[in-house]
Amino acid sequence: MRWVNKRIRRGNSILLGAIPIAILALVYLAAAASRHAANPNDKILPLPSKMAEAMAALVFEPDRMSGKFLFWADTFASLERLGLGLGISTLSALLVGLVLGALPPVRATFGPLVTGIAVIPPIALLPILFIVFGLGEAAKVALIVVGIAPYMVRDVAAHVGSLPREQIIKAQTLGAGSWQVILRVMLPQAMPRLIQSVRLSLGPAWVFLISAEAIASDIGLGYRIFLVRRYLSMEIILPYVAWIALLAVAMDFILVRSSRRLFPWAHGAGH
Amino acid sequence: MSAILSLRDVWVEYGDKIVLENVRLDIAEGSFVSIIGPSGAGKSSLLRVILGQEAPTRGTILLDGEPLSPECGPDRGVVFQRYSVFPHLSVIRNMLFGLECEQAPFAARLFGAKRRAAVEAAEEMLEAVGLGASKNLYPAEMSGGMQQRLAIAQALITKPRILLLDEPFGALDPGIKADMHALITKLWRDYSLTVIMVTHDIKEAFSLGTRVLTLDKRRHDPHAPHRFGATAVYDIALNKPAPEPQDNEKSDSITIDTKDNN
Repeated sequence: MRWVNKRIRRGNSILLGAIPIAILALVYLAAAASRHAANPNDKILPLPSKMAEAMAALVFEPDRMSGKFLFWADTFASLERLGLGLGISTLSALLVGLVLGALPPVRATFGPLVTGIAVIPPIALLPILFIVFGLGEAAKVALIVVGIAPYMVRDVAAHVGSLPREQIIKAQTLGAGSWQVILRVMLPQAMPRLIQSVRLSLGPAWVFLISAEAIASDIGLGYRIFLVRRYLSMEIILPYVAWIALLAVAMDFILVRSSRRLFPWAHGAGH
Repeated sequence: MSAILSLRDVWVEYGDKIVLENVRLDIAEGSFVSIIGPSGAGKSSLLRVILGQEAPTRGTILLDGEPLSPECGPDRGVVFQRYSVFPHLSVIRNMLFGLECEQAPFAARLFGAKRRAAVEAAEEMLEAVGLGASKNLYPAEMSGGMQQRLAIAQALITKPRILLLDEPFGALDPGIKADMHALITKLWRDYSLTVIMVTHDIKEAFSLGTRVLTLDKRRHDPHAPHRFGATAVYDIALNKPAPEPQDNEKSDSITIDTKDNN
């Protein structure tokens, strides 16, 4: 059978997907073991036992200085920033994208501005954000918003603009005005695309979050990683990176599931 | 019978390309007008100006004696070949859409007694087109023929003065097409509709219509073919009574595919 026609059953696909991850883990263990054989104090590739020990201190024991459980405090601080940034971006993408896509006069007026903002590298704006918002939470959230909102706005606007003309005409022959077309035809059909857009923006959002935390922060996952880098603490950096990956995968999974549940019509006939 | 729709010297031009020239038509109330003609003869352009999707370059269009504004409105219903129903709404909600827009300008949704009345009207119309059992399906779960039934029912629920059909059965297979012919004939008779249908199928044009218009160019300049537009070269009135609906129940069994035939 040709490879393009092969069907993979669900059980097999989980197994197949696990193989490369397992191989990667084994390669890491082998490399770490060989380095430790040469130098028992190696810091570059720590053994799992070392990672567990270092992480246990952050997860289960309060920090002596601040009295916080650092791992959890970092996680909540980062998730709060990320959530705020994603929330503001999503809401503005929905409102602005919908209006831009639906109303040609608005598109003609503000389309070039949005395109112009979208091509500015967000990190180049970070100094401006620090000057305007200070070094607090607002600047970090603003960086995420500046980073991902223009892309999401344009994506939603393009999707709304490319809805079949027949649908818009049909709605009008059924008595709908601009408001009703936007509310009943465009908004519902923009929603699954918006969720798709959030999913694709999760990656960049994390990048901007970690960048902002690395540059000016006193708590957060990105802050911790860049802090312990000074001591070559790979036993903390690696679990933190894995934790970030896990959080990102979980968010993506929740978005996919909620899209399927809320908008079954957008995911094929098989629902 | 009085003219419900009049086209007075209508020209449609795109740049220096003339698509329709000097179209003069009076369409009587209750007639079923089929429009045929070769590809590029402006059939769809004619339908679009009547629909209000675009304005004629010159000339006026009168509906019930009033000039039409170049915008679509609830007085003219339409069924396209594709994309005529809303994919994000179930069948019953597709049907309610027109009533909700009419009665709820702000919320575009109905509640309580008004909603119950609307649902009742929608269900009655769905029964009339044979979709009574499918009211909770989404369009993607229905065959092409069922989607077109829904599109027709949806267009009729707001009681348009004229129903415009743009190759509505072009994408359907022959068995389904025969069903749809019977359905549209029945609806045309039962609801005393005025129908204008653009089609490629000459047999369909003559079997359904009470009047057949053929659009084509009267003159042709081989050096500048775009400089002459099409107009109604034949206008054939078929003096026939409203056709009896054929019994097409059997053709349900011919249909093998229940999926989208588009």
